[in-house]
Amino acid sequence: MKKDFDILVVGAGPAGIAAAIAAAENGLRVGVVDDSPSPGGQIWRRGTQPPTAARRWNDRFEAAAVVRMMGWRVIDCLRLTPEGGILRAECNTPGVQPADLHFRHLILATGARERFLPFPGWTLPNVMGAGGLDAMVRGGLPIEGKRVVIAGTGPLLLAVAAQLTAHGASVVAICEQASLAQMAPLALALLRQPGKLLQGAKYRWATRKTPFFTRCWPAAALAEPNPGPGSENEPQPRLQAVTLHREGKQWTVACDYLACGFHLVPNTELASLLGSRIQDGFVVTDQQMRTSIPAVWCAGEPTGIGGVDASLLEGRIAGLSAAGKTEAARALSKRRPGMQAFARALERACRLDPRLRELADDQTIVCRCEDVRMAALRGRSGWRDAKLHTRCGMGPCQGRVCGGAAEFLFGWSAGHAHPPLYPARVSSLMEEAEEEAMAASSSHPAIEPE
Amino acid sequence: MTERTAQDISINSIELSVDGVRVRVAPGATVAAAVLTVDARTRTSVSGEPRAPLCGMGICFECQVGIDGVPYQRSCQILCSPGMRVTTCGEPSLP
Repeated sequence: MKKDFDILVVGAGPAGIAAAIAAAENGLRVGVVDDSPSPGGQIWRRGTQPPTAARRWNDRFEAAAVVRMMGWRVIDCLRLTPEGGILRAECNTPGVQPADLHFRHLILATGARERFLPFPGWTLPNVMGAGGLDAMVRGGLPIEGKRVVIAGTGPLLLAVAAQLTAHGASVVAICEQASLAQMAPLALALLRQPGKLLQGAKYRWATRKTPFFTRCWPAAALAEPNPGPGSENEPQPRLQAVTLHREGKQWTVACDYLACGFHLVPNTELASLLGSRIQDGFVVTDQQMRTSIPAVWCAGEPTGIGGVDASLLEGRIAGLSAAGKTEAARALSKRRPGMQAFARALERACRLDPRLRELADDQTIVCRCEDVRMAALRGRSGWRDAKLHTRCGMGPCQGRVCGGAAEFLFGWSAGHAHPPLYPARVSSLMEEAEEEAMAASSSHPAIEPE
Repeated sequence: MTERTAQDISINSIELSVDGVRVRVAPGATVAAAVLTVDARTRTSVSGEPRAPLCGMGICFECQVGIDGVPYQRSCQILCSPGMRVTTCGEPSLP
């Protein structure tokens, strides 16, 4: 099917929502496409509970004259000129025809994902990202009474600990890889943003019964022994305990879940596919959030991990700028430097301890899609070499998980993104998909009417 | 496992099956969460390891399951609906 927009926003997190509202309020035809079943991104993920955080933004987004395509992901760019372009999207619901999304202006608000680092046992069931477990619990996973170890780095750890504690989980340890000295400048930067500081204090108060270790990380996740006779299926290893490491000491903690994420990496695959300039992993923009490509803007975490406030601000700036409200966008952009300073402080606070490179042993899987082990990757000259010789990063996630690890472990940067950006159905890749789809119904229930 | 109260059942108003096991979840629950309530794993890796959801946001593909006969669907990005039949790696993905 064909959809025509003045402004197309990719991503319905805070940046995408703010951008879409700003553009729609200026009378433009706005479409928003997002992989998730409901808007809000990761931070405002809805799940089984009604949305409480960001109610105001949610309501405004619901009320805005915006075409919301939830449960769709962009797989390719069919055309891009200074006057606009076409993105092809595939629906997560089987049987729905792909959509060709025509736009004059494009705003990338693709968010970020967690960085995962390999360590022995990290592929065991019940070892997840910190945000990953949070998403599962919001999605209905009962966590009451479960013992959880939270590890990695970044402010997400404390937020997830507070959230899981509120759901009745027993968070037995929070392990932050950074040292107190490393995090101190962030606390100083936060003095300029009392709201964030207060929120952090609230989270720590909510988790006050849980020990918070700095310079501490998981050395190994341990599986429970194989079930004895009488178990129905073949033995299924699952997490039983975590061995933690802190300053030369190791100890083992029993737990049901290990939630482990090493801060965030931006989702820049679509920006890369479009040929937008990317520097040090982040999409380069001007103060109006314009990328190096005419007709393409970028807002939120892909421009720098600055959190929800920066995303909302950048989304608004991008939406206004793309709608031609240059003066309003310029006025708002005066507030960006403070946000960018926070993002830089955050990045320094989350800088990974080089000793984390030693966590994976030869047998540890690095690429979970293709089960490529550490031993196979040592000695490879780069990401491309590793891909060609070991299939690392060649599975369905296309390096979204192991790429962030390889960057830290070996200093390899991922190459240019290629279509399709996600595994796609053959029918979605065919040229004639557009015509076929136009003949089909154009009012599928997965797309809410304007 | 604690016994479910009547209130739980009214909240958990959606019933689906995971590898033939009936499970009740609340509206808005993801298929991944439903799978994890009855089993710890979603798929088998290329070298035979059991795997379960990792990222929870649709990027890692560890949570792929079969849903109503269609294989390789990311269960973390799909909401449960009544009568859904979910098959994990332990079961054939196709009917």
